[in-house]
Amino acid sequence: MKLSRILKTVLLVDFMSGLIIAIKESFKSKKTLNYPFEKGKISPRFRGEHALRRYPNGEERCIACKLCEAVCPAQAITIESTEREDGSRKTTRYDIDMLKCIYCGLCEESCPVDAIVQGPNFEFSTETREELYYNKEKLLDNGDRWESLLAANIKADNPYR
Amino acid sequence: MIENLNILITEIYKVFLLLIPILTAVAMIVWLDRRVWAFVQKRRGPNVVGPFGLFQSLADALKYIFKEIIIPASANKIIFILAPIVTMTLALISWAVIPFSEEIVLANINVGILYLFAVSSLGVYGIIMGGWASNSKYPFLGAIRSAAQMVSYEVSIGVIIINVLLCVGSLNLTDIVLAQENLWFIVPLFPMFVIFFISALAETNRPPFDLPEAEAELVAGYQTEYSGMMYAMFWLGEYANILLMCSMGSILFLGGWLSPIDLYPFTLVPAPLWLILKILLLFILFALVKAIVPRYRYDQLMKLGWKIFLPLSLTWVVLTASYLFYFNLLPVN
Repeated sequence: MKLSRILKTVLLVDFMSGLIIAIKESFKSKKTLNYPFEKGKISPRFRGEHALRRYPNGEERCIACKLCEAVCPAQAITIESTEREDGSRKTTRYDIDMLKCIYCGLCEESCPVDAIVQGPNFEFSTETREELYYNKEKLLDNGDRWESLLAANIKADNPYR
Repeated sequence: MIENLNILITEIYKVFLLLIPILTAVAMIVWLDRRVWAFVQKRRGPNVVGPFGLFQSLADALKYIFKEIIIPASANKIIFILAPIVTMTLALISWAVIPFSEEIVLANINVGILYLFAVSSLGVYGIIMGGWASNSKYPFLGAIRSAAQMVSYEVSIGVIIINVLLCVGSLNLTDIVLAQENLWFIVPLFPMFVIFFISALAETNRPPFDLPEAEAELVAGYQTEYSGMMYAMFWLGEYANILLMCSMGSILFLGGWLSPIDLYPFTLVPAPLWLILKILLLFILFALVKAIVPRYRYDQLMKLGWKIFLPLSLTWVVLTASYLFYFNLLPVN
């Protein structure tokens, strides 16, 4: 070993320089978010919790074409439909098993009327499995709750579709 | 009879007066450790429970208390349960001789440093018992590593203590501190302080010498099979030991409860506070080292202990002794 190397080892030169860097860095601004109180920015394309949207007059958008059911690779969607008195085809049942869902976004992609969408919400953990079997009521409720954000996101993403 | 009972009760009272602050301090120090580690890595660390996350350790302890204790079917039950108890007890009983000021000390015995050294050496038994009684391969390997490591570094710590004792001429911890009134031992014995610090890291299984619990190789070492409160007791014992090593370092080298300058504004600060400040300073250094230094390989660890630290500290003993003898400075009681 060279003398300079021995001196460097004995005097802990590398260790001290590392220590100084560590102390300097620890006073700089943090790189992590203070999560529950502070959240990161989410892209308009973010694929979070599902929602069924309505038209501004309150009519459901879904026309029960079952494209989403067909395209769903995880087979998480179950749809049953019937003809209403006014002759339009509407769903009687629209279930998503959120535990099967892989959040690929194909249902949203396939929907011709922008009825089923994946919103920006990703904080919907529950304490039981049953709560994650979403039915039509729950999905429509989600749609009503997130409508302003959903509409804004679809509009923001529109030029790229 | 009544008198004896009275003495007993006073002593128990004193013990609790010492134990409760120490256990609180251990909880706080765990928080500080995680926080310093996070700050170096530009994270935030625990900051939600209580002000600045100070109560995080209490929340963790509560969680551990309510968790199920799992005892492996093939484990030796008695020793398995005894191991964490031994570890924690040994970590806590050594605090009896630590002087917080000239008056505040639970047991001012004349062989204080010897007692401290003996008890901290016994600490390895808790780990060996835990590793052996688990009857599983990773805890066993971790315990073997830990035993070899702690024994090797104890040797150099012992020799370093001899250096200090040569300058003091007494084994009493209060005398050791009082001998530093004019000059802290860190100044004449600086290389010994560095070696003591590094050996203390190895002795308490802290990174970069945390091979007994190297998670990449041994899962969690001797703690692998432990869960719930038993794991928490190992954890408490470990941190109490780290705190003890820090206080040992500040008593041997940093002048214990003495203020750095014997001038007006500094003498106002109560003596125990100086000791606490010095312990904190050393502990922050412990935490920083954890954050910046990668883990040693086992043969490097052994080489450092036996081939570098031991000869170096032995040479320093000879140097100190000859210097003191030549200039006729040897303390005579």
